[in-house]
Amino acid sequence: MVQTRSLIDENGKRTDGRVIDELRDVKIGVGIIKNADGSAFIEFGKNKIIVAVYGPREVHPKHMALTDKCVLRCRYHMSPFSTDTRKNPAPSRREVEISKVIREALEPAIILEDYPRAAIDVFIEVLEADGGSRCAGIDAASVALADAGINMRDMVSACAAGKVDDKIVLDINDTEDKEGGADMPIAYLPNLNQISLLQLDGILDSTQFNSCIDNAIKGCLKIYEIQRTALMQKYFGNEKEMELKEE
Amino acid sequence: MQEIKRKFVIPGDKIIEGNIRPLGNALKSGDGIIATRIGIAEAGRDGAKVIPLSGVYLPRVNDIVIGKIKDHSSLSWDVDINSCFTAHLPAQDVFGRDFSPARDDMGRQLSTGDVIISRIATFDRTRDPVLSIQDKDLGKIPHGVILKISATRVPRLIGKRGSMIQTIEQATGTRITIGQNGIIVVSGRTDDGLNLAIDAIHMVEEEAHTSNLTQRIKQLLNVQEPTQPESDTKANNQEDDSNNVLNNGNENVEDKEHGLE
Repeated sequence: MVQTRSLIDENGKRTDGRVIDELRDVKIGVGIIKNADGSAFIEFGKNKIIVAVYGPREVHPKHMALTDKCVLRCRYHMSPFSTDTRKNPAPSRREVEISKVIREALEPAIILEDYPRAAIDVFIEVLEADGGSRCAGIDAASVALADAGINMRDMVSACAAGKVDDKIVLDINDTEDKEGGADMPIAYLPNLNQISLLQLDGILDSTQFNSCIDNAIKGCLKIYEIQRTALMQKYFGNEKEMELKEE
Repeated sequence: MQEIKRKFVIPGDKIIEGNIRPLGNALKSGDGIIATRIGIAEAGRDGAKVIPLSGVYLPRVNDIVIGKIKDHSSLSWDVDINSCFTAHLPAQDVFGRDFSPARDDMGRQLSTGDVIISRIATFDRTRDPVLSIQDKDLGKIPHGVILKISATRVPRLIGKRGSMIQTIEQATGTRITIGQNGIIVVSGRTDDGLNLAIDAIHMVEEEAHTSNLTQRIKQLLNVQEPTQPESDTKANNQEDDSNNVLNNGNENVEDKEHGLE
């Protein structure tokens, strides 16, 4: 990718007014779809994504079932109205690929061996897209999986870092993604300290690469706190301590 | 368990450090025990576990479940028990040892759409659960309103020694049969009583993890005096039984999960 114009002004502000190591505003809602076993809604800057998790449930078609573990199926889909020009609702090459990488990013966190011969379905529907929708999708999917009560080793938090004007910046937006130097989405398991997704679009040297990873992980940790707060708020409200007295 | 420490956890949270056994919904990781579900973590001398607050039903041996007959083959009925596995009720269990598919008409005993209360006889996750109705109070449920709640809320709906369910039954004049898979059958003479009982059950489901729930249920049901558990009605005895089964079931799952760790 060759950058044609400057995306960081003289005050160090980016196209949407953020400084280089600042996340967009993130809001997460939990349990918004009554018919799903678990669900979440995330606003990640201008991204708006709804995620529903069903399962563990019976596998159809039956021959897809695995005898030793659960089948995890992910569907990342962008609504026709999610972009500037109408997007054909049929699954595109890009959506098929993102569904696969999201599945592989979530798989290490889920204890699939606990549910043999069953399936877990994750539906990620992008209502509005503004760059970084796969990361936002993973963040919401992880919250929805936890809401569905599926056994997990850890949560999954995802965030991108990249290169704009030869500077390493956190949380690339749509303009920076299209016109900037590099974009590197990362999914991270915060308690296990493992990376479950690492993609890179662009060219980075080794110091930039390391700096990008460090930055993205810092972003993931901030997102993790937001995920945690959202789940705690849904399940425990503002109660901090459990009363030991039982009725 | 003595010296129980409780805290709220989400998946991946460390419950406690040290060489402690993981019980239900917990996992050994590094030098401690981590939670694998959202819920209330309890750590004591025996081990650490999480009481989950969400999730679908997974069958356990000896659970009492309510299911609906979906279909039958020549030797067994297929029963939907609100889980990711279809349960099977062998025809021999209903007809006895000398069952013959050629002689006996299975539709005479149970037909598609019938609702049964049954016990899970065997299940080990590699094969579908097998049900049995060979026990007291098991078999076809003739009438009632079917409700579905989350299986994680069932212990709360029953309450300590059946206190919650007795409160609801006595105040509304209904009889409530609870399956551990989250299916509930409510039957009663009056529509008002039925509706009130259904409202109360939904309230328990929605506010299961809050404290002072019994008080609020009593307010909803207009119970003036705190009702004492009485042992004169048949329904109460039945609920006590199901509560005992619940406790046994919990012990079983813990044992099973030790084996898997």
